[in-house]
Amino acid sequence: MIEIVDLHKKFGTNAVLRGVNLKVAKGETFALIGASGKGKSVLIKHMIGLMKPDQGQVKIDGQDIGRLHGKKLVQLKNRIGIVFQFGALFDSLSVFDNVAFPLQEKTRLGAKQINDKVLAALDNVGLKGEEEKFPAQISGGMRKRVAVARCLVMDPEIILFDEPTTGLDPVIANSIYSTIQKLQRERNLTSFIISHEIPGIFKIVDRAAMLHDGRIIQVGTSDEIQNSTVPIVQKFLKGEIE
Amino acid sequence: MLTFIQSIGASVIGFVRELGKIGCFLLTALFYVFTPPFLLNRVTRQIHFLGVKTILVVVLTGLFTGMVLTLQSYYVLVTFGAEARLGSILSLSLIREIGPVLTGLMVVGRAGSALTAEIGIMRISEQIDALDAMALNPHKYLVIPNILASLIVFPILTSFFIVAGIWGGYLVAVQLTGMAPGVFFGAMSDSILLNDLLLGFYKALSFGVLVTWICCYKGFFAGVGSGFGAQGVSKATTDAVVLSSVLILVCDYFITSVMIFG
Repeated sequence: MIEIVDLHKKFGTNAVLRGVNLKVAKGETFALIGASGKGKSVLIKHMIGLMKPDQGQVKIDGQDIGRLHGKKLVQLKNRIGIVFQFGALFDSLSVFDNVAFPLQEKTRLGAKQINDKVLAALDNVGLKGEEEKFPAQISGGMRKRVAVARCLVMDPEIILFDEPTTGLDPVIANSIYSTIQKLQRERNLTSFIISHEIPGIFKIVDRAAMLHDGRIIQVGTSDEIQNSTVPIVQKFLKGEIE
Repeated sequence: MLTFIQSIGASVIGFVRELGKIGCFLLTALFYVFTPPFLLNRVTRQIHFLGVKTILVVVLTGLFTGMVLTLQSYYVLVTFGAEARLGSILSLSLIREIGPVLTGLMVVGRAGSALTAEIGIMRISEQIDALDAMALNPHKYLVIPNILASLIVFPILTSFFIVAGIWGGYLVAVQLTGMAPGVFFGAMSDSILLNDLLLGFYKALSFGVLVTWICCYKGFFAGVGSGFGAQGVSKATTDAVVLSSVLILVCDYFITSVMIFG
């Protein structure tokens, strides 16, 4: 379903992605691990069309997102949701309005239907009763769950998570992992998760890959990655490289 | 020597590139003005933000500008026995130059800086990326409503400034120096032509587009070349205020040249 082919990206003289190749199957929960500042977020921004590659392709069901324009790009983006690292909630809107925003702007649903969908989405991520609060009044973990709810209301087929549990305490992190697992079970979503939370992330993913120096070093199941014999992967798992 | 020339070359290329980017930003916004959806509720909100909340500042500035201008002009004109021309000088100055320029500068200070900061914070906190990821055009949500609102707000605020200025002038000329109201207002009606009003109107429209364009642009690209985080937003806001203010004065000269001698 998602295929990344020979993806290159440079910022000035800094080559962040140097030929990334990756495939993620439909309904799969996939993790991309790697040290901070090694291009994981840059990769995910290419996957939703926020950045254009210098070379290579990101294909969603065979469609190269970097080459799409107009209605076709909108149709493809409508199938993808993204949860940004810090939630990227609209800080002038309440929790309810944040989740309702894409429905109000992109659908012709009535106020009653929007209200029902928003409350259901917030209930789904355990935030019932928090609708009137503003992003500044809730915790980091709650913000990330609101961002998940904002994605869910549009019923995407793919959700991209950019470090969903970074900086959160283990209890909140586990609740976010549970939410991701629940979504996969109930909706057969394809989830692509960027993380450097080791080993917690391996509990919820089918497969994982490690990005290092702009390239994929290893791809495999959670067990294969955890028992990897590749020196860099071993070092990363032991926390010897940041 | 070569390094010196290289640095000059790099600066020139950087400047031309920035000009191109600013130009493309406006053209992109203008292109989307004519494509649906038309977010009229956002235009209304921005009219409130740019206009309604600026009325008090503009009226106060206009009032005291008119008062001081009248006071200064009176003491010069009276030495030549030409104080009967006071209303004429005051109204023409306010309509043709001071009204549009000072209104523009006041809006830059009150609303333009806030606009840049708001959009800049949206940029660094990935809110603009979130809009884009939802397949919603950030230009339509953040730029176009401001430009359209400015086309309505700037001429109205300018007219408020001018009326407040004339009223301030009246207070000083008639109430303070004892000039006859008929002389004061008679000089005005004799000297103001339609072209003077049009000049002020065109200036107000131009400054409106200019201010919202520059302020939105600086906020939209906050953090790109201006440092990151709060520092990036702070620099973008300062740049927006300085650039908008300078460009208002530069444009004022050129519009005046074209309208009077063109």
